[in-house]
Parts: sequence; structure tokens; C-alpha cells
Amino acid sequence: MTGRTVRAAVLPLLAVLGGCGGDAGRDEVTVRFWGMGREGEVVAELVPEFERRNPGIRVQVQQIPWTAAHEKLLTAVVGGATPDVAQLGNTWVPELAALNALEDLGPRVEGSAAVDPADYFPGSWDTNVVDGRLRGIPWYVDTRVLFYRPDLLAAAGYPEPPVTWEAWRDALRRMKARMGADRYPILLPTNEWPQPVALGMQTGAELLRDGGRRGNFRDPGFRRGFEFYVSLFREGLAPAVSASEVSNRYQEFSRGNLAMVITGPWEIGEFSSRVPPEVPWATAPLPGPDGPGASLALGASLVIFRGSEHRDAAWKLVEFLSEPEQQLRFYELTGDLPPRRTPWESPVLAENRHAAAFRAQLERVRPLPQVPEAEQIVNKVFEQGERAARGQASVEQALAALDREVDRILEKRRWILDREAGR
Amino acid sequence: MTGSRAVKALLYAQLAVGAVLALLPMVWMVSASLMPAGEASTFPPRLFPREVTFEHYVALFTRLHLGRYFLNSAGIALAVTSVSLLVNSMAGYAFAKLRFRGRDRTFRLLATGLVVPVQVAMLPLFLLMKQLGLVNTYWGVVIPGMASIFGIFLIRQYALSIPDDLLDAARMDGAGELRIFGSIVLPTIVPILATLAIWTFLSTWNDFMWPLIVLSDERRYTLPVALANLAGEHVQDTELMMAGSVLTILPVMLVFLFLQRYYVQGVMVGSVKG
Amino acid sequence: MLEAPEAGVAAGAPARTSAPAAPRRRFRAPGEENRAAYVFLAPALLLIGVFFFLPVAAALVLSFTDFDLYSVADPANVRWVGLRNYARLLDTPLFWQAMGNTLYFALVGGPLSIGVSLAAALLLNSRLVRFKGFFRTVYFTPFVTTLVAVAIVWRYLYHTRYGLLNYVLGWVGIGPVDWLGDPRWAMPAIILMAVWKSFGYNMLIFIAGLQAIPEELYEAARIDGASALQRFRHVTLPQLGPTLLFVGVVTLIGFFQLFVEPYVMTMGGPLRATTSVVLLMYEEGFRWWRMGYAAAVAFVLFLVTLAATLVQLRLRKEEG
Repeated sequence: MTGRTVRAAVLPLLAVLGGCGGDAGRDEVTVRFWGMGREGEVVAELVPEFERRNPGIRVQVQQIPWTAAHEKLLTAVVGGATPDVAQLGNTWVPELAALNALEDLGPRVEGSAAVDPADYFPGSWDTNVVDGRLRGIPWYVDTRVLFYRPDLLAAAGYPEPPVTWEAWRDALRRMKARMGADRYPILLPTNEWPQPVALGMQTGAELLRDGGRRGNFRDPGFRRGFEFYVSLFREGLAPAVSASEVSNRYQEFSRGNLAMVITGPWEIGEFSSRVPPEVPWATAPLPGPDGPGASLALGASLVIFRGSEHRDAAWKLVEFLSEPEQQLRFYELTGDLPPRRTPWESPVLAENRHAAAFRAQLERVRPLPQVPEAEQIVNKVFEQGERAARGQASVEQALAALDREVDRILEKRRWILDREAGR
Repeated sequence: MTGSRAVKALLYAQLAVGAVLALLPMVWMVSASLMPAGEASTFPPRLFPREVTFEHYVALFTRLHLGRYFLNSAGIALAVTSVSLLVNSMAGYAFAKLRFRGRDRTFRLLATGLVVPVQVAMLPLFLLMKQLGLVNTYWGVVIPGMASIFGIFLIRQYALSIPDDLLDAARMDGAGELRIFGSIVLPTIVPILATLAIWTFLSTWNDFMWPLIVLSDERRYTLPVALANLAGEHVQDTELMMAGSVLTILPVMLVFLFLQRYYVQGVMVGSVKG
Repeated sequence: MLEAPEAGVAAGAPARTSAPAAPRRRFRAPGEENRAAYVFLAPALLLIGVFFFLPVAAALVLSFTDFDLYSVADPANVRWVGLRNYARLLDTPLFWQAMGNTLYFALVGGPLSIGVSLAAALLLNSRLVRFKGFFRTVYFTPFVTTLVAVAIVWRYLYHTRYGLLNYVLGWVGIGPVDWLGDPRWAMPAIILMAVWKSFGYNMLIFIAGLQAIPEELYEAARIDGASALQRFRHVTLPQLGPTLLFVGVVTLIGFFQLFVEPYVMTMGGPLRATTSVVLLMYEEGFRWWRMGYAAAVAFVLFLVTLAATLVQLRLRKEEG
């Protein structure tokens, strides 16, 4: 029957395809690497050098768009189909660690020459320590600083960028007075969580209490930051709009309709290409309640999966990508900032005046709570922030709702921790 | 008569407008796929390329390994089609012509399955596949598609019309049921088998959600999944994405165009329920 | 749904034998025929049982637990929570928004798609028209295409600045619409695309149904002096009753399962305007791994689909 003959022809084809792409020979090892976004594209350019230095190891890079990355990773872990090495946004590290999917890299670091913990920015390194164990090596850092128009700021009476909240608010008020009623000096998209979270954490407050069991949002410290955030909207200094409602922030910035945004290192490249050269712009660390403030320790790490069959080869790749020269090359290709101090001393970065603010900020960064629910929790923060900013709720109501929702999110974690503690 | 001529003209005009609307997106798709990079994102938008280039097709096959995804899709679609033809036709015939205890009850139970959205099953099915070690494998994609309630219905509907005398005569001669199936039934239902084969091939080729969930290694991606993945990365490369879309649609379009007689007949038969 | 009388026998299928008048003589012992039947049925029923019905039943069970990422790590981390997932989703605004979006899509897009199909079928059924086969093929083509591929094409057609649609609208003076970025227009955009893609299938079914209407009925109506519109209302529509029911049920079931379009074109946005129930289920289940909760979402969808089907059947029964 035709069906049968077709099947007889097709199954071997499938078998061949299934086997294709695996290890070519017995002594050659293929390390599978999952990269996301632009970094996934760029890593393929660094790979030939690694393969040259490590004959016998081939690297196969798979690119995954950020929009699908989270589900692809979790599905792969659950399905037992993980790669060897992956780039992991560091808010996901605790999640995969809770699944027991990541190898403990502590022992490997101790014996390693390439990876020197002391060289890394502490805030960044800490984002990879979950329950006392090291689950990833920081690959690049991302933190948020001010991008601003120094000329507009100077015209408002601030030749140097503000370093305290009071000065910041004063500068914004003055710029608003010069701009007019329907212009806003600072853009804080209401659907972005880094801004309210960073401001809330600048007072030293923790987002969670009780061993990561409950929300801590009504803590006076967090409340101060949250109130400051909301006040910027209430005073008309920031428009209550989401990121998608602003069609072209670079244009507004260039025209002087916008003087400040809080954003990350990739914008250095964007601003350089989209803002006309005659328009001055600069970066500065975030102002804090009483002096230079802290920002968020974000970024991505390199992790090795426990299900990998080539963990030693995978570690070699991680070491390679962690070398200062490779990190510098990586920076040149992507604009992502190195998480260790040595590459920063190179002229490429040391003399980059826009990156200088990031360098200063990186000494004052704080990690998010190391719980699997971290991403859900910070998304709730911006939702309540949006409500308060748009006047749909008071600060008290928003913070109470936030605690309620976060407690609900953490309910399972509480149950498990309590059960383990034998309470 | 002018009245009827005017009516005819109106009808043809409506048909023509409808045809343009139906085909325009795909015409633009093909056209844009042949445009040099960036030309599809101009204002005013162009319907036809200024100069034709195949660079995107070349890029898809060389840089982006589309050939591999093509083979994956083809292999999976062929495997599912061939197995399901056999499996569904046997069951459909049994429901139509064999008398056995609980036939109608089982059939009704099967029918209820049609109302259940297939996505309800996907979560536990994934966990089941994990237990069987079939996650991220071709079999993980193939196996759930090997039998389909709709296919059984289609075969049964058609098989109902096989004359009983024919079958009884064979039984009188002492032929076993499987012999009867192979030598009498299958040749008789070849038209509906063709329809089912085309239908299964098309729906397996076009399937998206389940392969998306089951396959994590991109080397095993089917075309639709790979295309969606590319779309996430290459949002700006309009022309490249259009070429990818053309390549994804082309096989099913060809299968349909050459075999549409069977396919259309099947749709119309499928609407006859009993 | 399956006991409803058929619309008519389509051209090409062999004529059905009449209902058996007398019981057939058996040439096999009942036991033997049973055994043979089991052999024939076993592969299909086994596959469908294990890979469809079993997971569906498991989904129901899952929906009563708090199965999530922690449970995947350690099976002991699962609790029976009864109806809590259902209570929670009824209490979640996003769920209601997804349900609303899905109903909007199904109850606007469904009838629209059916209407266009019927209109096309009427055009193609007209005696005055030649090249029927050609037009039928052309109209059916969108249905055959891969949804992911056309969703990507339409995403570009909907581009605010470079898309063909806004360009053509510009000719009649309608300002550029941000189809996929404006929460008011995103779902209509998806509906339009879905109608375009799906109308061919029902068109074929309607053609079969129209061809089965006896010409004498139209003749009688014409003799009675009925206009074309009256003939349509009093002959065509009633005769198409069972077909309309079939088409309605099947189309609605399909439309309730909206997933690929929002996944590829808008990721459920903007501002969640295109998040459908299935997309929500996918996010909860595969992005956040809250499987118990996602299973509850899936089951609610099933219940809604079932309700819609039963309502249509009931309406038909009351008419006929």
C-alpha cells in the first residue's frame, strides 16, 4: 500500500535528521549554547576564536527571541531537553535554580584562573547566588541611569546633574516651568518596572520580608521611594503614559520636549545614532534620597545545565566568554557592559564619557529578590505604580494592594518553606 | 437581454473584486520577497519590485538553514499522513460496516471529543510526552497526530455507502475481515483516502502550537515554528520574512492546486453528517 | 450536532444505500465480528484515548490542584485545592479581558466569516456565472495557507506607515490607523485577517448546500411572484438551515480557539486587547508554568464552547 511504502521511506529520513547535527566524531564534543536577542547573534562571532583555542570542541549557537525565551527555557527544563550553556537574564536564575536545573559553579570557580570573583562588581555577582550557591557567572550587566540634556538642565540652573531627590525634583520643576504646561521634562513609562522598583530600593528597603515569604511594600523605606515616584506624575513632571504610547522618544528628546529618561546601556548606541550630533546629551548616575543613589543589578549570566553531558567543555566556554579581552570584544559588538572591573580599565571603556556614569553606578547596584517569582512581583509593582500615577488609587491603596497581590503570588513558596522548616 | 447582461456584469465585477481581495495579500507577499532589502518599507508602498532579487531566498537557505526546517516539516507531515491513513480508515470502516457491541455508544463518545478544544489536552500531553521521553523529538510531534476523530468520521461517512452485498459475498467465500478490508474496502474508498491524505498533510504541515511546545532544539523545528522564531528576531527584515512565508506556504499551495478536486470533494462530503 | 439531518449529498460521493428494510443475514458469528472490530479499532482508539482523552481528563484533575514550577521540581509540592483555581480566575481581571476579547472575536468574526462565505457561495452558485472552478479555487486559497506565514504577511500589511491597507485607505481620505498598536483597532484587525483566511471553507459547504436545494422550490416561489430577496428569505435560508447550523457550530468552535494570530502579530497586546483565552492559557501554562491554573482556564474555555454549541443546537430545534 502506498502509505506503507511512503512510511518506509520517511522513517529512515527522520532518523537521519534526528541524528544529524550531533557529535561528528567520538573525540569531538559539541557544546550547545542558547543565546537571546542581539547577544545570541553576536556570540557566533566570538565562537571561532574559542574553537581555535580548543580543538575538539565545537559550539552550536541557537538564537532565541527574547519574547519566547522564558517559555522555551522552562519548557526545555521540564521536558528534559536543555542545552549545555545558556544566556539567562539574571531574574531567571533563581527560577531555574529552584527547578534544580543549574549546576553549582562554586567549585569550578575556585579552581579557575579566568573567573576571579573579586574582579566582579559585587551587586552583579550576588544576583547569581541563590540559597548560598553560585548558579551562574555574570556575562554582562545592565543597570539604569539618567540620560539627559545637559543644556536644558544647565539653563534650569543645574550645570551639574542632581545627586539628591530634592535637587532632582527641583531641577525638573524648573525645566517644566521653562517648557510649558503640556511638556514633561522626564519620561517614565508607566508599564516599566525598573523605575519604581529602583526608586523604592534606593532607601535600602528590601522588596520582600520574612525570608522572601511576604511583600514588604508598606515598609517606610519602600514607601518613601514609591511616593517620590508617584509624585513625579502627580506634579505633572512625567506624563502618565506607557512605552507604546510614545511614538519616538528620541525625536522628542532632540526637540527639547523631553529632557530626561531612565534607561540602560543599550541606549548609548541608540542615542548616538538617532539623536542628531548637534544635540548634546549625557549620562549620570541616579540621584538618591540623600546622595548618589543605588540602581538595579540587572543583566545576564552564563549558566550550565545539570542535564548537560558536556559540562567540562561547557565550563571552558564560560571561562572563555568571561575573559576580560573577550568581554571587551563583546562590548564592542553589542554595547553590553562588562560585569568585571578589568575590562573597564581599557581605553575603549575608560575614555567613553557616556559609559562613565554606568561605571560609577555599578558600584552601587542592588539585586532583586532571589526568588523564582521575582519577575511576577516586579511586574505587579509597575501595575500598582501605574494606578497610583494615573490617580486611580492613593499611595496607601496601591501599596496595600501590592502587598496583597505579592503575598498571593508567594503563597506557594511560603507553604513549601514552612513545610521544610517544619513549622 | 440587457437586464440579464447587466446582472451578469455586476456578478462578474463582484467576483473580480473578491478575487483581488482574496489574492492581494499573497501577491504582495511574493512581490515583497523579491524586493531588495528595505524596498518593502517605503512610502508610498510599492506593489511590484523595481528590480527582482533572489537574495533573500538564498539567505534563507544558506545562512538561516531553512532547508532543514523544510525537511523536518516534510518528514513529519508524510509520517503522520501515511500512518493516519491506515489507522483512521480501519476505524472508520469498523464504525461504518462492522457490527459490534457498543458501536453507537463508542461513536457518540468519540463525537463529543470534537467539541473539546484541542489546547485543553496540550498541558498534560506535554507532561506525558516528558514521561515517555518524547519531548524535543520528531515522534513527540508525530504521535499525537496519528489518529484523528475527524478522519475517522470522514472515512465512516464514505464507507457507509459500500454495498453490504459486496462484503457479505466475500465473507461467504470465507475471506477474513482484514482480507476484505485490504482487497475490497480500500480500493473502494480511494477517493476519500486521497481527500484525507491531502487534508492530513495540509493540517500537519500548517500545525503550529503543538510543535512550538514540544520542540526546543531549533534543528528540529518545523517551518511554521522556525518562521515564527525568525519573525521574532528579524522584525525589521520585511523582505526576508516574506520570502520565508512564501517558502512555508508554497508546498501546501502546490499540493492543494494539483489535488484540489479531492480536497474540495472531501470538504463537501465532510459537511454531510449522519 | 451529528444527529442533525445532512444538508444534501454533495456531487462526487456515491449515493447512500437506502435504510435496510430487513435484517441482514449474518455470515459471521457475533463474537468473531466483535473481535475483528476490536482489531480494526484498536490502533485509532488507543492513540486517541491515550493522547487525547487521557490528557483531557488529566487536565480536569490538574485544574483542581496547584501544580506549578515547584511541583515540577518536586512532585511532593502539589496540593489539592478544589475550586480555588476557578475562583481565582473568575476574580482576575485579565481572565475576563481575555474572555471578552475571545467572545468579541468569535461573535463578530464568526458571523462575519459566515456571511462572507454565504455571499461568495451565492455568487458562485448563480447560473449566470462561468469559470466557477477558477473563482472557487481563488477564494479557497487563503484557507489553505499556513496561518503563521499569513499572520506575518498581514503584520506588514497593517504597518502604520508602509502597509498597503493604510495606503489604500488613504485614497479615500481615511487617516493612517495604527492597526496593531491601537487597542481599539487591534482586534478588528485580527478579525479582518481571520475572516479573509477562513471564509473559503464555509463557502464550499454552502455551495454544496445550495446545490442541494431543489429547483422546483425556486420555481414555485417565482410563480408566486416572489422577488429575489423574498426567494432568498423564504426558500434559500430555510433550506440551508441544517447547513447553517453545522457551519455555525464548527466556525464558532474554531474561532473560540484563537491563538496563532495574537501570538505572532501582537503578543496579546496592545494593553492586552488581543489576549485570547487560549493565549492566556499558553502564557500561564508554558511561560509561568502555573499548570493547575492554566488547566482551569482551558476547562472554562471548553465549557463556554460547549455552551455555545448547545445554544445553537437548541435554537435550531426550536426553529425546525
